[in-house]
Amino acid sequence: MKVPPDRRYAETHEWFLLDDTIVTMGISQYAADELTDITYVELPEVGTRVTVGDLIGEVESVKATSEIFTAVGGSVVAVNTALVDHPELVNDDAFEEGWMIKIKADTPDPLHALMSGKEYATFIRNTA
Amino acid sequence: MTSTLMKTPLHDIHVAMGARMVEFAGWEMPVQFAGIVEEHNHTRNACSVFDVSHMGRLRITGADAETYLNRICTRNLAGAEVGRSFYSHICRHDGGILDDVIVSRLTTHWGIICNASNRDKIVAWLHKHAQGRDLQIVDETTATAMVACQGPKTLDIAKELTGTDLTTLKRYHFTVRDLGPLQIVTYRSGYTGEDGLEVVFPGPLVPFLMPKLFGTKEQPHPVVKPAGLGARDTLRIEASMPLYGHELSEEVDSLTAGQAWCVDLNKDFIGVEPMRRLKEGGLPRKLVGLELGGRRIARQHSAVYGGGSAVGEVTSGTLSPTLGKSIAMAFVSADSASDGTALEVEVSGKRIPAKVVRMPFYKRPR
Repeated sequence: MKVPPDRRYAETHEWFLLDDTIVTMGISQYAADELTDITYVELPEVGTRVTVGDLIGEVESVKATSEIFTAVGGSVVAVNTALVDHPELVNDDAFEEGWMIKIKADTPDPLHALMSGKEYATFIRNTA
Repeated sequence: MTSTLMKTPLHDIHVAMGARMVEFAGWEMPVQFAGIVEEHNHTRNACSVFDVSHMGRLRITGADAETYLNRICTRNLAGAEVGRSFYSHICRHDGGILDDVIVSRLTTHWGIICNASNRDKIVAWLHKHAQGRDLQIVDETTATAMVACQGPKTLDIAKELTGTDLTTLKRYHFTVRDLGPLQIVTYRSGYTGEDGLEVVFPGPLVPFLMPKLFGTKEQPHPVVKPAGLGARDTLRIEASMPLYGHELSEEVDSLTAGQAWCVDLNKDFIGVEPMRRLKEGGLPRKLVGLELGGRRIARQHSAVYGGGSAVGEVTSGTLSPTLGKSIAMAFVSADSASDGTALEVEVSGKRIPAKVVRMPFYKRPR
């Protein structure tokens, strides 16, 4: 199971990739696989202000609907509009083409509290 | 996953084929193999095989069998020919549905196929009402296996594999092949809205028969693919077939649940009185099909609104792979139940426009 080492992971299966002050987030391949065929992704409006822990979106599949939470506070600067017509991109490539939201983070500090790639890999092994 | 889950005779084959296994009604069952949507589409276009061995299979014998079953079941079974199957409900005295079942008449006995989740309940109910009658009830579930082969290519594949042309077998009829004291029973029926065959056979035959169906790892069958419970649900919703625990439950009667076709109100069965009264007075609630705008999926218990007021509740919903639309079944008040009625369904805190549509959502091309 691919778990890129360049990002941080939440127990709720979101990943966060920091580049300067922009944090890109999505859900892990593990989470996408658990949901099975994703049919819809609800993303926030660009410009939305978010706080650490906010419900920021939803992912829906034939199997279940899952909520997405942000681990950083800031403002939404971009969303992956390709997911509107092609939500299946999340299943195909959750870490790259399936990216969901870019946030200009007030501070990257909250990312330290999240798991590393290795820790997340262990976490999902123990969950399964 | 606990170690006390029951396993069907096909369990190890599923695991070898890469199934994702889940708990269902106390059994460890495959929810998917290649993927729900892929398995769904393959069933509509070709042939998928579902393991349904977890369902209850009961054998009823005795001089009183026909009269007894006719009293227990909503369907008229009197004079049933050997070789015929009937979809029926078994209800409580107040009309609440205990289970939906398939009742079959064989030469030597009657068979009942019931939901896995209701097996214990139905066995207890049958025994309770068998008191003092010439009746024997045997639970054959764990001695047998059952697979549902569904899709337009099923009959051709059955002919290739067995040499027998079953296209003349009528729907909801079955054939029996005797192997000494054991039997293989093949029904022309299914729960997907496609043509197909459901086969009940002794559990020990699984290692011999399944490789013929699926092929081997090195040489898988070019057409036949396994499918799991996930696709079984999306297929049956498209075909508007009810599922116990959703459209059917002890809290609803067979008429309100939209299954009046399997109820003979002219005969005396357990639960008939309340249903006759309901029919006379007019059903206050009905099961309808809904088509929602957009792609969001309505889940069970989602509220349904009409003119701003709450008028009902969703029982099942999905994004239909075949139709590309969000569809759902729901109980709504009778005055909101006509075709074309504009309603709203609450999904994730938002009210999505929906309209009442005729069921079934999908009908196979003939």
